[in-house]
Amino acid sequence: MSEHETILSLDRLSVRLPGGADRTHALRDVSLEIASNEIVCVVGESGSGKSMMANAVMRLLPNEVTIDDGRIMFEGRDLCAASMAEMREVRGDGIAMIFQEPMTALNPLRTIGDQIAEMFSIHTDLSKSEINTRVLALLADVRIPDSKVAAKAYPHELSGGQRQRAMIAMALALDPKLLIADEPTTALDVTTQAQILKLIRDLQQRRKTAVMFITHDFGVVAEIADRVVVMQHGVIVEQGTATEVLHHPQHAYTRQLIAAVPPLKAPPPRALAADNILTISDVSKTYRTGGFLGRGARVTPAVKNVSLTLPRGATLGIVGESGSGKSTLARCIVRLIDPDTGSIVLDGNDWAKMSREEVRRETQHIQMVFQDPFASLNPRRKAAELVAQGPIVHGAPRAKAIADAKALFALVGLDPSAGDRYPHEFSGGQRQRIGLARALALKPDVLVADEPVSALDVSVQAQVLKLLAELRQQLGLSIVFITHDLRVAAQICDLVAVMKDGAVVEHGLAGEVFGNPQHPYTRALLDSIPGGAFAREHKV
Amino acid sequence: MRILSLAGRRLAASIPTLVLILIGVFLLLQFAPGDTVDAMMAQMGGGDAATAKELRKFYGLDLSIPAQLGNYLWRLVRLDLGFSSIYGKPVASVIIERLPPTILLMTASLSFAFFFGLLFGVIAARGVNRWPDTLISTLGLIFYATPSFWFGLMAIVVFSVYLQWLPPGGFEDIGTVRTGIWRMLDIASHLVLPTLTLGLIFLAIYLRIMRASMLEVLNLDYVRTARAKGLDETRVVTRHVLRNALLPMVTLIGLQAGTMLGGSVVVESVFSLPGLGRLAYESVVQRDLNTLLGIVFVSALLVISVNFVVDLIYARLDPRITAEG
Amino acid sequence: MDAVKRYFRSPAAVAGLILLVIVIAMAISAGWFYPRDPLALAGRPLVWPFSNPRFLLGTDNSGRDIAAQIFYGARISLLIGGVATAIAILIGILVGAFAGYYGGWVDNVLMRITEAFQTLPNFVLLLVLVAVFGSTLTTVTIAVGVVSWPAPARLTRAEFLSLRNREFVQAGRTLGMKNIQLIFREILPNALPPVIVYASVVMAVAILLESALAFLRLSDPNVASWGNLIGLGRDVLRVQWYVSAIPGIAILVTVLAVSLVGQGLNDALNPRLKGR
Repeated sequence: MSEHETILSLDRLSVRLPGGADRTHALRDVSLEIASNEIVCVVGESGSGKSMMANAVMRLLPNEVTIDDGRIMFEGRDLCAASMAEMREVRGDGIAMIFQEPMTALNPLRTIGDQIAEMFSIHTDLSKSEINTRVLALLADVRIPDSKVAAKAYPHELSGGQRQRAMIAMALALDPKLLIADEPTTALDVTTQAQILKLIRDLQQRRKTAVMFITHDFGVVAEIADRVVVMQHGVIVEQGTATEVLHHPQHAYTRQLIAAVPPLKAPPPRALAADNILTISDVSKTYRTGGFLGRGARVTPAVKNVSLTLPRGATLGIVGESGSGKSTLARCIVRLIDPDTGSIVLDGNDWAKMSREEVRRETQHIQMVFQDPFASLNPRRKAAELVAQGPIVHGAPRAKAIADAKALFALVGLDPSAGDRYPHEFSGGQRQRIGLARALALKPDVLVADEPVSALDVSVQAQVLKLLAELRQQLGLSIVFITHDLRVAAQICDLVAVMKDGAVVEHGLAGEVFGNPQHPYTRALLDSIPGGAFAREHKV
Repeated sequence: MRILSLAGRRLAASIPTLVLILIGVFLLLQFAPGDTVDAMMAQMGGGDAATAKELRKFYGLDLSIPAQLGNYLWRLVRLDLGFSSIYGKPVASVIIERLPPTILLMTASLSFAFFFGLLFGVIAARGVNRWPDTLISTLGLIFYATPSFWFGLMAIVVFSVYLQWLPPGGFEDIGTVRTGIWRMLDIASHLVLPTLTLGLIFLAIYLRIMRASMLEVLNLDYVRTARAKGLDETRVVTRHVLRNALLPMVTLIGLQAGTMLGGSVVVESVFSLPGLGRLAYESVVQRDLNTLLGIVFVSALLVISVNFVVDLIYARLDPRITAEG
Repeated sequence: MDAVKRYFRSPAAVAGLILLVIVIAMAISAGWFYPRDPLALAGRPLVWPFSNPRFLLGTDNSGRDIAAQIFYGARISLLIGGVATAIAILIGILVGAFAGYYGGWVDNVLMRITEAFQTLPNFVLLLVLVAVFGSTLTTVTIAVGVVSWPAPARLTRAEFLSLRNREFVQAGRTLGMKNIQLIFREILPNALPPVIVYASVVMAVAILLESALAFLRLSDPNVASWGNLIGLGRDVLRVQWYVSAIPGIAILVTVLAVSLVGQGLNDALNPRLKGR
């Protein structure tokens, strides 16, 4: 990168956390350089300090967190020593930033155009009409359709992808030397993510901007990075060019992270049973929202005529983006939501026709694992109690249920003595194991897993997927596996159904759907996977 | 336009609430010992049973309770609130005479509480956990704990008895006849102490809410975005924090309109203001149930109209509201 | 245990607790310090405070010991405040829990009723209730409780609305739990802390409401209540203002103590929101 000048250099930067945190420093002795016209990806799992680094450069650290050593050199001056007034000149003009969640990062009460225009009114003396022209040009630049309408819109009136485009337009308004992007695509769907990554890449190349791109996803790294910095516990463990780090990782932690990325290649197909344990036919669910006396009522078809079958002992993956109806379908299957029409036949019983009370008595046959390991466990109950709840509800004596729960702990890879602890004392992965144990306590025939690994770090994700695969073998479970991540689906599913706008557009054996997709949407999904080539090739 | 239709729908939705209140209170009053005729007879210094029966028949009090309720509601539709035997006038005209002082008092107190609550709330939040914040928060707690009628009495002792700056009570000086601007000034001077007395507790509530909501908004992502743009702290507050932080306070005005009207009963009694609140007190003491029911109706209407205005303001402040409609 | 430690780290919360303990001690020891009826004639009327060691806080217009009335008044304020708060919170939790959990028409009906109670000025409703049922200690206490439940009901409902779609509740349902179990055993324990904290606000308001009623001479005239005394002192306000001033300070201190304890509890139970 010698032909480009260095824009930002961190020199042995250390950031101190307030007392009572789990470690003394958020960052320790971090040194790195970013040159113009390059994208440097900072990768790490949650708690690695990667976001803290971005905030330190902007000097936007939380109150008790302080920079206690090192320098941040930007355009020949040390930002650590800059006054607040000097920092305000750098922010927005020299260094701009985009954030993970564009909905909360934009002021909900002011229009998009107004918020972009503010960049000019803070840092330039342009007239109102000049600013207006520039705002519209920027919105066109980030390829928002109909920039005039978008400028007058409020954030809630745009889609997630458009909001992130607006954020990017705002960040690039004054042609900053450095753009810091803090997980800018994490909250977006995979197809939108691909578009936003391409947009950032295009704009960066056109403007020769230096970009610090923070992410947890090696797929994104493979897609966009020129150079890579890997962080763990506030320390840089490895840095180098993208090719070096991705294909010849030196540090053990980097290797572990890359190995944990699920490859987009289905394992060899397993033999499937001839009989179906679960048959879903023509299931539909439509939401109708209020409206006074029928006025303003909105009708949203969430699931449209879905028919699927699950062979005994197999795993059926339901894949789709947000709003595709996959979660509604999952909740219809366990009757958390009542489907409008259709039948859901489990072992000869039609679940769609049962009364609520019958469902309540029969629930042990079909159980669910939830997405959010923090929200899915009642914070006021001990772990063993949580797992024992199901059997107790169905009439098991309390002492026996608790004893059984402890045995289940061993099965899902937890210490049986941990049963006396409360959920907040466990890590995310451990909580998900508790959730799994809770579902298994009722010895279900079918397990519906709704995005069970989406909220977990990649390395933990891999462990939980492995556990699920083992249990499936051991207990002869049949699983319906809901996910937005095709790489995860490829790992564990025998069959895959792709959903879009409430309907199944394609389904079949996992190897066939991923290897030879028929529907254009499936192809678009597969093409959108960040770092596609890398994901297909890299070895586990 | 969408804002108006939204507020209109909210207004329509409050009609069942109003009917519910009227039916509830009407039935409640049937349990009251003694009726209007008893009160009238007492007023006249007693009378025989035959006259009482005659009068009951005249006022329709001999009918069954559902029939009486039906009659009452039907009269209400025609804006007839009945007759006050104590005042010897239709209830509607008694109430209309008493309305202006109460509305003036509520408007003044609300403006006072809102303005200073906002100001002190912002100052406290800007210097959180430093001395201005500690001082303001402590004063807020003390104001909140002060019984309003007691504060009113003490204010009379200090400002009217000792310093003799302000009149101790009444709506205007009835000794001299004034007109125009002088009359307004006279009324204003009579309203200073009642306004402070009624507004104090709401000032305390608003400043606490404003402080909390400022602190909450200051922690939100878009405030970080604003700082990352290079805005200075003052402009971060005026352009990005204030309007968002105002929303809970506006909601609170609507929720507490009833409480404020209730507070005026006590304050008007302390300062002998001839307002609606004092009328409510008098009609309880004199067992003038017709008037009491009329007051219930009018105060519910007042609260509903305050909420209507609050809805309009809220919808103007928050563009998300009309989208959900 | 962390919560207890956090509570005692806040000077304001500790001060509130000390004040509250003092008021409670006054209520308990009233009969011991002043064995005679506090409403009985004790001496010359309108003795100024600190002028006669027999009547430390002086006497009122009819020659009754003010200090004795302050001690006995603590009983009345705490009793009415406590019982009325319990009534209001109980009704509030039941209404809020069912409305928030079931939604739909149950929510619609219950919220219409709550709205009706909030649209009617609470003090006016209190007047109506007292006019109808009379002003004994019991009726006043129940009336204060009955006009105070809508706010806790709304709070409970809001908590239930945000909790009922949490995944742990859905998990409970897929395990086969009944609605009643889900409401009272799964959701309520999680919804309770903010409601308990809010009880301090309800209690403060309840004490203020009762004293205002007593001040207007619409509360029970046969008990020594702070509000009664202030109302009595109003007749001699121009000169002997202390008759009204002293019980007012007692009310202020009690309500302040209750509010400080409530705020301390809030900070201790929700450490994230400290200083709000």
